[in-house]
Amino acid sequence: MKRTIIWLAGTIGILAVLYIIFYHPFPFSFFPELPHLSFYGRCFYVLLLSSALCLLRVALGPTAADRIVAVDILGILIVGFCAILNIPTGRGWYMDIAIAWALQSFIATIALAKYLEGKNLDD
Amino acid sequence: MKSRIAFFVVVFILWLLLCMTFDWVHVVSGVVIACFISLVAGDMFVTRPYVLKNPFRYLWFMYYVPLFIWECLKANIDVAYRVIHPMRPIKPGIVKVKTRLKSETGLTFLANSITLTPGTMSVDLDEENGIIYIHWINVVSTDIDEATERIVSRFERVLAKIFE
Amino acid sequence: MIEIAGMACIAIGLLFDLLGCIGLVRMPDIYNRLQAATKCVTFGTCSIMFGTFLMVGFSSTGVKALLCIVFVALTAPVSAHALSRAAHKSGIKLWDKSVIDKYREDYPNE
Repeated sequence: MKRTIIWLAGTIGILAVLYIIFYHPFPFSFFPELPHLSFYGRCFYVLLLSSALCLLRVALGPTAADRIVAVDILGILIVGFCAILNIPTGRGWYMDIAIAWALQSFIATIALAKYLEGKNLDD
Repeated sequence: MKSRIAFFVVVFILWLLLCMTFDWVHVVSGVVIACFISLVAGDMFVTRPYVLKNPFRYLWFMYYVPLFIWECLKANIDVAYRVIHPMRPIKPGIVKVKTRLKSETGLTFLANSITLTPGTMSVDLDEENGIIYIHWINVVSTDIDEATERIVSRFERVLAKIFE
Repeated sequence: MIEIAGMACIAIGLLFDLLGCIGLVRMPDIYNRLQAATKCVTFGTCSIMFGTFLMVGFSSTGVKALLCIVFVALTAPVSAHALSRAAHKSGIKLWDKSVIDKYREDYPNE
């Protein structure tokens, strides 16, 4: 019973945030001078929602391993951020940041996993 | 020496793809950097250079990539269904499967394929006995042979032709 | 036409990213979280990269996007594998409703 209520609350919350993102300036908005979002702006807000869920797991996680998992997933999401930022700004070096961030996040995750396992780093 | 030459070619092509400008400054600096990297780390990555000569391996690799993408798509739809279902229809457990592959590259590709296909994730490898421990999100059978038949045999047939 | 295909790829990728992060919050223990999150987020980010490649074309940025797909698809399962093995060796139990744990039976003292 409690789980069903939590599921309903989560579903309604996420759908409400998506509705706000896709119909961004409401017809009855209090701030009618807000500009319309482009397609990429809406993509950006959806990725921000995903990152907020990741940070929720970082805050909630009962053990250290859960937090490491969430940080790893956040690293892959940031690669997606860089790829989307590339198109509307027209700056090619965002893709370099994406490649460097993917490799660096992988190395950081491997090091954290070794630390969690209780071994030395050169094994 | 052969392994160093093969690794040099791979690193040089990677450098050219990352630059995408073909004037002589980039090409010469790419040759210098690729020479240095292949001298330092050449025989660490390519241990059996004779397998690179067989053209059938590349054809089987071309067959493996669409198979992998199709299984990956099925895995994503399956996991998305289990995530948004209100009752969470999961039955997790760690099972044991056997494998015939021996080479390190083949085992790495097999573990990666298992991780990205429906409902399974590799936890540990035992290389001497050829045993992989797999976390399965919906355990159908705990028997070792039937689990092998259901999880590994799709990829093992193709990967044995590529990497063995 | 090809811009619409790129936008569709980016939208599918965003959908799977969001589902993966919901799975990261909803699933009961660390192994199930790794399953849901790694699969969905890896496929979603690769799909966003492919959409970027379709929008940009065969320029320097597009080829870098293809290389980034290869990097992400090779490194994300390896890091998931390392994390799950480290979690099991550091003594984190499976969920109470799990069916079987052969790894604990074979290595009981780790």
